[in-house]
Amino acid sequence: MLAILHDWVVTVDHKRLGIMYVVTGFVFLVIGGVEAALMRLQLAWPGLTVVPADTFNRLFTLHGTTMVFLFGIPIVFGFGNYLVPLMIGSRDLAFPRLNAFGFWMLVFGGALLYFSFIGGDGLYGSGSAPAVGWFAYAPLTERAFTPGNATDYWNLSILITGVGTVATAINLIATIATMRAPGMTLGRMPVYVWTMLTVSGMTVLILPPLTAAQIMLLLDRFLGAHYFDTQAGGSAILWQHFFWFFGHPEVYILMVPGFGFASEIIPVFSRKVIFGYATLVVATLGIGAVSMSVWAHHMFTVGMGATLNSFFAISSMLVGVPTGVKIFNWLATMYGGKLRFRVAMLFCCAFLFQFLCAGLTGIMLAVAPFDWQLTDSYFVVAHFHFVLLGGLLFTIFAAIYYWFPKATGRMLSERLGRWHFWLLVVGFNLTFVTMHFPGVLGMPRRIYTYPADRGWDLLNLVTTAGVPLQAAAVLIFLFNVVYSLRHGAPAGDNPWEAWTLEWATSSPPPVYNFATLPPVTSRRPLWDVQHPDDPDGPHE
Amino acid sequence: MNSTAARGRAGVIGFIVAEMSLFAVFVVAYLFYIGKSATGPYPREVLDLPIVNTVCLLSSSITVALATRALAAGRIARAGAWLFVTVVLGLAFLAGTAQEWRRLIVERGLTIGTNLFGSTFYPLVGLHASHVIVGLVMLSLCVVFAFSGALKAVHRERVELVSWYWHFVDGVWVVVFTVVYVVGR
Repeated sequence: MLAILHDWVVTVDHKRLGIMYVVTGFVFLVIGGVEAALMRLQLAWPGLTVVPADTFNRLFTLHGTTMVFLFGIPIVFGFGNYLVPLMIGSRDLAFPRLNAFGFWMLVFGGALLYFSFIGGDGLYGSGSAPAVGWFAYAPLTERAFTPGNATDYWNLSILITGVGTVATAINLIATIATMRAPGMTLGRMPVYVWTMLTVSGMTVLILPPLTAAQIMLLLDRFLGAHYFDTQAGGSAILWQHFFWFFGHPEVYILMVPGFGFASEIIPVFSRKVIFGYATLVVATLGIGAVSMSVWAHHMFTVGMGATLNSFFAISSMLVGVPTGVKIFNWLATMYGGKLRFRVAMLFCCAFLFQFLCAGLTGIMLAVAPFDWQLTDSYFVVAHFHFVLLGGLLFTIFAAIYYWFPKATGRMLSERLGRWHFWLLVVGFNLTFVTMHFPGVLGMPRRIYTYPADRGWDLLNLVTTAGVPLQAAAVLIFLFNVVYSLRHGAPAGDNPWEAWTLEWATSSPPPVYNFATLPPVTSRRPLWDVQHPDDPDGPHE
Repeated sequence: MNSTAARGRAGVIGFIVAEMSLFAVFVVAYLFYIGKSATGPYPREVLDLPIVNTVCLLSSSITVALATRALAAGRIARAGAWLFVTVVLGLAFLAGTAQEWRRLIVERGLTIGTNLFGSTFYPLVGLHASHVIVGLVMLSLCVVFAFSGALKAVHRERVELVSWYWHFVDGVWVVVFTVVYVVGR
């Protein structure tokens, strides 16, 4: 037992680190989910006192920080870790030890954030967690307004996980750039590898600015600098620019690998090649490029002036174009295909619909005057969760149902999977479709309770009613994982009759990944092996 | 192609891009706060052009390039000598910065908390100086290895990568110099 633990702790194998990333992500998903459930309980009806106001502030701060930095990022880079080397036919990442470093930095940062419960106010009193919100606007974060150490734990946690994430991103770029198998040209890489290359590039460009802003905040808090100290002439707006220059592309860093999952799974379960590979790749790179010039659409209400507002409104709408291209790619892939509605495919279908809705509310919010009305309302919260749950979480589950057999050698139960899927679809839509309406009726985010006469009460009750369904779905999923690890049907090398290189090796793959690689002469090397009479190459 | 070398180059390029992004934000913050200090001392009153410093640091880029060239030609001792000169030039730069800071803090009373100029000046110049220190640690190790005999011609790719980092640190100084001592003064 101890030997197994030791093996996992000291490992530098990309597959083990990938699995550890994903498991860590799910631990934090459960923690962040419990925080969300507590908030929904508190808001279910006017005037409840499930949690006091202070605690509510801490809950939404930790929920946001946990879900973005400790669930989203580990999942994205965990899958990247596991899949990228297998998909491009390499034995590991370029820098295996740097990879382990990145993972353990993340674990340390996560532990530091949750240690704030104990250490936030120096162990006297009841202890505390940060209560500044996940984007921690200045000058609230200055020493004068949040004394004690809770904010510092938030700050250091993000700084430390950020360093690990940048290290892993650089690692992935170096791997994709220099370690592809013979024949695996850039134009033959799976779309998922393209998405990881894009988000790794984005990470290298946009995470260091967040690190810089956190260093400035540390200097303000500990050495008396005035970067964001408004009383000494510092600018609160500057923090918003720095944070959202990171924060908005970050949403795409989380989301774009989800597009990659869909681009791998939908063709396999439609029994067709992906429609418009080149446009998908260009759209991915386009999203990456444009998403770095949209950040100030989070700031329409700070008074930037008409010129800047127009610029950011237009650039934000522009992101809709490559994203729309992708939706058509996926639909056209399914069109006329022999569809197999396994659980992974079901999650992709729900993703297509829900992500489209999320994109449409995104276009609405990009219109500056519309945003003036609804910014900081539950409409924004609903939009954001539609993107990250309806879009990202659903593709993550699709990916787990799809690649779990490869990672473990066992199939997940389809029966439990369907329960998981339908409970999550119903629960998610119940909660987050409904959540749009109190926002339109003027309910601001981050309030711990509200008066009874606003017409928000029933809507909030319905919103909360979706929570137990989603919780049950996640519990069924966790049970499915644990159960299938022991009792699942053996998977074999290629249970889905898929085409990319990871299915060419055994399940689970050996430490060295591939004893021999099939020749790579097209985008679907395994198809070519199975159909030597009709290889893909001439058609591409 | 030697794939270890290719990996190393890709990694260092990625690292340098990330570092550029980090510096860019400190530079933006400095530019944003130019002329916004509510109280003195102001840059015009207290900053002198660090000409000697700049000459030392920029010429160290040349010496480190000479070192890698000598190593590629298999002349280890010559490479070690040039690396040593690079370290000395880097140390001279750091000494100059230390002297400047001592003068600003002790004689002119400018600290990080005095005004916005101090708040943005020390972190920007200090961030660069800390990168100089990291570079000097790596270069000093190369010097030690050169004279202990551990450094061989096969290591030229690695020393080359250290030199890339050092060129980057030099390049950042050109930006910092322009922003702090030319534009901001």
